[in-house]
Amino acid sequence: MDQDRRSFLTGAGKFIMLTGAASLAWDAVLNGTPDQAPNYDATAHWWAMTIDVDRCIGSGNCVRACKIENNVPDEPGMFRTWVERYQIRPDDPEHPIVDSPNGGHDGFAPIKDLPPGTKVFFVPKMCNHCVHSPCVQVCPVGATFESPDGVVLVDKSRCLGCRYCVQACPYGCRYIDPRTHTVDKCTLCYHRITQGLTTACAEACPTGARRLADLKSPKDPVHEFMRTHKVHVLKPQLATRPKVYYNALDGAVR
Amino acid sequence: MGRETRYYGHLIRVAVVFGLGFLAFVIIRHSLVPTDFGVYGFYRAGALDDARALPISFAGRDVCEVCHVAVVESQKESRHTRVSCESCHGPLAKHASGEFNPKPKTLHPRELCLSCHVKMAGKYDGFPQVDPADHGGDFACTACHQPHQPKIAMETGKKK
Repeated sequence: MDQDRRSFLTGAGKFIMLTGAASLAWDAVLNGTPDQAPNYDATAHWWAMTIDVDRCIGSGNCVRACKIENNVPDEPGMFRTWVERYQIRPDDPEHPIVDSPNGGHDGFAPIKDLPPGTKVFFVPKMCNHCVHSPCVQVCPVGATFESPDGVVLVDKSRCLGCRYCVQACPYGCRYIDPRTHTVDKCTLCYHRITQGLTTACAEACPTGARRLADLKSPKDPVHEFMRTHKVHVLKPQLATRPKVYYNALDGAVR
Repeated sequence: MGRETRYYGHLIRVAVVFGLGFLAFVIIRHSLVPTDFGVYGFYRAGALDDARALPISFAGRDVCEVCHVAVVESQKESRHTRVSCESCHGPLAKHASGEFNPKPKTLHPRELCLSCHVKMAGKYDGFPQVDPADHGGDFACTACHQPHQPKIAMETGKKK
């Protein structure tokens, strides 16, 4: 037994007093490298995103920026974010026509022979970073998780590639990376937002339709946005508590 | 006495096998589970740092403004105020950090403009859209429009 009473009490006290991030930072301080202590306080943020459907013009800038920023494979069907175009025609409003050529990566072509009175709009889709994520619940090895600041992330070094989470996600936001055979998904640009930048998709959006939101920050304009707009989330009936808030979301969107 | 020893010996053998099995379980589990697993929850705490380790490609308009003050200022007052620099110029974090010095790649003025401004159903009211077949002919958009201040000053005599 290499642990005496003093070290046990010190360890236990440290664990109780400084849980989580603080204890990791404290380790760095004790090792004489306080500059390497994580200075980003995950408990001070609660990340979300707002998407204004009315402002989306289907340029595909977000899809392209996301693929570049996050090194997403350039293969069809593999997206961290994509854009769908909905057409609700007056003769058959029950069955909207949805298209998303290459996820909107190369933009959309104008619709030919559009019947008058058709409602057309673009809906950007992405991981909803649910508070109660079904994908996290099904992972057998703890490779996907909800971070303390509300982002659903994947630990590629632990992922087995079992695809259980791909099936569990009700929003279809996950894919298997063919290079690593592990699952991949939107990280809400975790490497950017923890350094004070916005996400790549929000940065590239030419109309400001997508905006990163920190729900814990009282100064964030998201609170004003939520007050002044009629926001909705996708599939609220599943009780996953998604955190991507859509303004002007049509009921036809699934 | 003899009968009882035989009886206990049987139990001890079971206990030893069970004990060895438990020890093997503890050792294998200890070697397989990372030490930082479970600090925050049922996952490896280091995965948060892994997720942060990715290099940044898009620097953001604030970084562009450090050097290109005049053009960013004029663009901020124009109709393109919501459009960030890298929406059109592409990801330039490497350029901003000085890793490569050549100028950002030249843009194809017609394709690039039309990726947003082509006339199409589904765009919001008031968004400027053109049908490339009957607007501009074969000219590049930049022959008339200045991308950083796209509205052509005709009525007001002032660029905006």
